[in-house]
Amino acid sequence: MATDDSQNVIDQPEVMKPRMATIEIAGKKVEVPEGITVIKAMWYAGIDVVRGIGCLGGFCGACATYYRTKDDPKVKTCLACQTAVQDGMCFTMMPPFPARKATYEIQKLQDPKQDLFNFYPEAPLCRNCNACTEACPQRIDVREGVWKAVFGDFKSVSEMFMDCVMCGMCTPICIADIAPNLVALYVSRAQGAHFVEKPIGLDTRIKEIQDGRFNDEWNNILKMNDKELAEHCATVK
Amino acid sequence: MDIHALQQIVHKTRDARRKQTIAKFSPADRDQLIHKYHPDFRASAYRPIRFGPNEGEKTVVELATLLEGDSPIHDDLDLTPQYQTDVLVIGGGGAGCAAALHAHGAGTKTILATKLRLGDSNSVMAQGGMQVSVAPEDSPVTHFLDTLKGGHMENDHALLKVMVEEGPSIAKWLLELGVLFDRQADGNLHVKKGGGSSKPRLVTCSDYTGLEIMRVLKDEVLNQKIQLLEFVAAIELLSDDSGACTGAIFKDLDNQRHVVVAAKSVILATGGIGRLHIQGFPTSNHYGATGDGLCLSYRMGAKLAHIDTFQYHPSGAVYPEQLIGALVTEGIRSEGGQLVNAKGDRFVNELDTRDVVSSSIIRECEEGRGIRTMSGRVGVWLDTPILNVEHGAGTVEKHFPAMMLQFERFGIDISKDPVLIYPTLHYQNGGVKIDTNSETNVKNLFVAGEASGGLHGRNRLMGNSLLDLMVYGKRSGLTAAGRAGSMKQGKLTLEHLERFRAEAKQHGNVSGVISPMILPAYTRKAG
Repeated sequence: MATDDSQNVIDQPEVMKPRMATIEIAGKKVEVPEGITVIKAMWYAGIDVVRGIGCLGGFCGACATYYRTKDDPKVKTCLACQTAVQDGMCFTMMPPFPARKATYEIQKLQDPKQDLFNFYPEAPLCRNCNACTEACPQRIDVREGVWKAVFGDFKSVSEMFMDCVMCGMCTPICIADIAPNLVALYVSRAQGAHFVEKPIGLDTRIKEIQDGRFNDEWNNILKMNDKELAEHCATVK
Repeated sequence: MDIHALQQIVHKTRDARRKQTIAKFSPADRDQLIHKYHPDFRASAYRPIRFGPNEGEKTVVELATLLEGDSPIHDDLDLTPQYQTDVLVIGGGGAGCAAALHAHGAGTKTILATKLRLGDSNSVMAQGGMQVSVAPEDSPVTHFLDTLKGGHMENDHALLKVMVEEGPSIAKWLLELGVLFDRQADGNLHVKKGGGSSKPRLVTCSDYTGLEIMRVLKDEVLNQKIQLLEFVAAIELLSDDSGACTGAIFKDLDNQRHVVVAAKSVILATGGIGRLHIQGFPTSNHYGATGDGLCLSYRMGAKLAHIDTFQYHPSGAVYPEQLIGALVTEGIRSEGGQLVNAKGDRFVNELDTRDVVSSSIIRECEEGRGIRTMSGRVGVWLDTPILNVEHGAGTVEKHFPAMMLQFERFGIDISKDPVLIYPTLHYQNGGVKIDTNSETNVKNLFVAGEASGGLHGRNRLMGNSLLDLMVYGKRSGLTAAGRAGSMKQGKLTLEHLERFRAEAKQHGNVSGVISPMILPAYTRKAG
């Protein structure tokens, strides 16, 4: 039954009459509609973007961007696909930063908490400036995480960094040359591979499958014709 | 009207709705609803493919045009390879990483090539979880039956049986690599219930399941020192005189040069088609989801399956403008989030399959019970605050941190206010037809993940994609690796392309379209 939905319209003055904003993209002044995302502002300005875009959903960390708002001296960081432009804003995408990633065989580690200092000897040199925390677009307390890693609290680190999109914006600003996201990745993987209880139910299920516990049921199902199978499916609640 | 005024009806009706149960549709009603409202049944959006392995079969116009498109390669291109490898994996998402890790782990030389960065994919955005039948009351057989029912009984039984049976051992592999799946108090894997599933079967890492898996797999690819080629887009495959696949030609997106790679086997893990914006839909997909693998395999003579059916995820954001098309995870509905129309009524069982829920939302909106935005979109409310009412304060914040943050950035608190949603183009249900080794009808050409077809039938169940990626990534990697030792590198020719072009000419193909698309054309050209 059709009804009239003409009353159910959300007010969006910015859509009806977009205000143009003057922004600077990598030093060049352009006019774009206010409120569109930083990525869309680049497209609007006619810039082809190959590097610096990934999922467009705030999960992949490809679009790490430095920006500043009008008259504010503070250079901030954001994900370009998740940030709206405003008048007077200037921004530049962060180029790939040459951080050093340690390589390791995660399953073969003998003493993961001690090994942290071999893989990332700079990790304990944090000078508490807190710039990494301020740079994190995911609002992770990065500085606290680095200290917890150093003190061996791998569980807390793995929980704190579950939101980490690996954009790497915590790295260029570190005065101790720590790459906190890479440290946290190592710590989280070590936590998962070495310090979490093995789920017994999962091993039981794998063994049941290997031992053919479901074979009779499979045989029964796979010999059904389409109609029988559809009827059988309907009985599964 | 002010958005908060429009949202009042959701708050006002919440208590009454909490007590209400809505039955799922009967099979007959479900079919009727889908035929009337699901975009897969909008006949005007479809046309038959004019030539090639699927000649005469219908698909959406956008895809048909690309499949019939010409290759950017000129026949006089120098095919001397810059790289030689046993296994060439194309695509750096979940399936690509799983394939590369298993091929490399089996001791073969492996190259992973991707048109963006390693890991840039849809996989990284998967929030809902991965289906694995680990609960004592569950079984691989039940997983099979649920999936079959969700796929309208059209799933390839052999592919599906393999996937559900290998699920638990894949979960174990990921745990050993350090993936932190959510746990119960007793240490067992915590499982959630997903739409269309009869048992709780989703293993999760809060609402960051794909991100967590991809962080770990990417790190492992780097630790294993697998050779990477990033920012190179595959633009053509290579074949020998028997028609078998022998490598690929890429375009380096940094310098526009061609890169030729000779390989004993090629694994395409190039993902889906969301960025084709079929039927004008917004999409939840990543920037590179342009169906490149479908075009490349089609020109090689690989048969496609179920390419007339696509998944429109019920809950894509409609407001604010910046998030249009972005996904609001199904996990919210799994935990009791309700869909509410402009009159304050529920209209579907929120845990019915995605095609049913999407069709119902479209019905509500077409019949005038939607909420409109001034940019011309329409949607219904997803009552998110109800989760905190049902399960206690802080539930939304704790279980859906990614969602909270995404909306908070634009000044919306989803723990207090409902979200406006409408179906968004999410997944290609079909793809290149594969066997249980993940191989196509073209010898030594494997396809894994979303680019492949058959497994999901006509509608994929939530959580089956992550599992598909891992299981068939692994199988393709192991099969390709197992073959490499006894094989010689085949000749590098473009004979398949000559055949394709001849056929195109015969059918008067003058569209002038070049495929694959590589990246969507979002850049404003004039103004």
